[in-house]
Amino acid sequence: MASYSTNEFRSGLKVLLDGDPCAILENEFVKPGKGQAFNRVKLRNLMSNRVWERTFKSGDSLEAADVLDQEMEYLYTDGEFWHFMLTDGSFEQYPADAKAVSDVLKWLKEQDVYTVTLYNGAPLSVTPPNFVELEVVDTDPGMKGDTAQGGTKPATLSTGAVVNVPLFITIGEVLKVDTRSGEYVNRVKS
Amino acid sequence: MFDKPAAGWRPSASLNALESRAQQLHFVRDFFAARKVLEVETPVLAGHGVSDLNIDSVKACVAATPGHSDLEAWLQTSPEYHMKRLLAAGAGAIYQISRAFRDGERGSRHNPEFSLLEWYRPGFDDQQLMQEVGELVCDWLQLPNPQRLCYRDALIKFVGLDPFEATQQCLASRCEAWVGADLAHTLERDACLDILMSHEVEPALRSEPPTFITHYPASQAALAKTSRIEGLEVAHRFELYVEGVELCNGYWELTDATEQRRRFEQDNQRRADAGKPIMPPDERFLSAIDAGLPDCSGVALGLDRLLMLKLGTGSIDDVIAFPIERA
Repeated sequence: MASYSTNEFRSGLKVLLDGDPCAILENEFVKPGKGQAFNRVKLRNLMSNRVWERTFKSGDSLEAADVLDQEMEYLYTDGEFWHFMLTDGSFEQYPADAKAVSDVLKWLKEQDVYTVTLYNGAPLSVTPPNFVELEVVDTDPGMKGDTAQGGTKPATLSTGAVVNVPLFITIGEVLKVDTRSGEYVNRVKS
Repeated sequence: MFDKPAAGWRPSASLNALESRAQQLHFVRDFFAARKVLEVETPVLAGHGVSDLNIDSVKACVAATPGHSDLEAWLQTSPEYHMKRLLAAGAGAIYQISRAFRDGERGSRHNPEFSLLEWYRPGFDDQQLMQEVGELVCDWLQLPNPQRLCYRDALIKFVGLDPFEATQQCLASRCEAWVGADLAHTLERDACLDILMSHEVEPALRSEPPTFITHYPASQAALAKTSRIEGLEVAHRFELYVEGVELCNGYWELTDATEQRRRFEQDNQRRADAGKPIMPPDERFLSAIDAGLPDCSGVALGLDRLLMLKLGTGSIDDVIAFPIERA
């Protein structure tokens, strides 16, 4: 496997640190004028999702991690695994375990496309698109004509996600939701 | 042919920043003219490079000139050796604004080519030169005069360790949190101190007024005189930190030729241990010291960083027209 020296560290680069795959977030060169040069690096541990800070001697290197982001369509779950398929026409399928999908479950809809991060060929995590469109399955009855008041109420979506929505939203409507903030964006005309 | 972004040819600094750069040069020249310090120019391309363990020179090649074969040459990491030859020749108080080159140094505060202001004051000790540095920097930045804090007190205050008394084991353990256990226990004493200085003291200095760190351990003397103060071997070396940014490095200069030679040998021994090329001592420089360097203090100050502070930016790319990737 290739390795990368500290001066090749860039945001997004995947490396192995203490045996875990990590994504580099920041790389700061630190050197007192007469002192030794170091690189102060921030990394996200892709197993635990924690941010690590670690300093290396400039010129030291880390092994590259076999980590690959792939676009895949979500197919179905058999209860133990969640199955995804490459969108490149190869129909190749990858089963993701509960840990890999834990963060994405509330946005997971069949036939939508997700970014699946593979580590050594197996799904490590699944990232939803920035916006998803989901149907409202439960909410208090809407109040017609109350569009200007700006009040909100909780609504349960088809995936089980609960978002705050304007009072006029009714069951059966499809909503556009921002997955990064978990906030309602607008109604989708169907 | 057109696949590169069109912005690639543009300067990374704004035109306003470049105007401030010109104003800063005027300010510096006026400052020294008023004090009757002579502006000089010395070679950037020369036959010897610095021997300092942690500073790498950029190599150059010069074709044969009449009477000389092809020369192995180095871009200078500072004009120090040449300016000291001028001092030995009786030039008196001198300053220089020059480009300096340090290989491998690139980051938000580093570019391998940068602007250095270096000056020497015969008859000044380190305390007097600090006063002058403070006046130049704080007049330009409109800041209060710097406070002074010795290296030992800085580490005791911000790290909670005495850099002179703490055991190697204790320093390495403290560095583990930053570099991991494997690397921490392979580091030399001074490398551990560098980590604590850059990772703990520098950030703490961000919220302090401008601060001179003084009296470095003798092992970090470089070309400064050393003496025994309160039972500790310390170097008459100082650095100025403004908002946590290391701005300059000054010495009450070593004038003892024998000691100078010994430091070259020591540097090269450490370079050899680290697998770095040996830098033969510059005999012309040593001859000048032999002939007699007047008692003096000198300092080198990073002009790009001074401008970064003036403009309130954290990135050197904002103050240099064309940093290395665009040069």
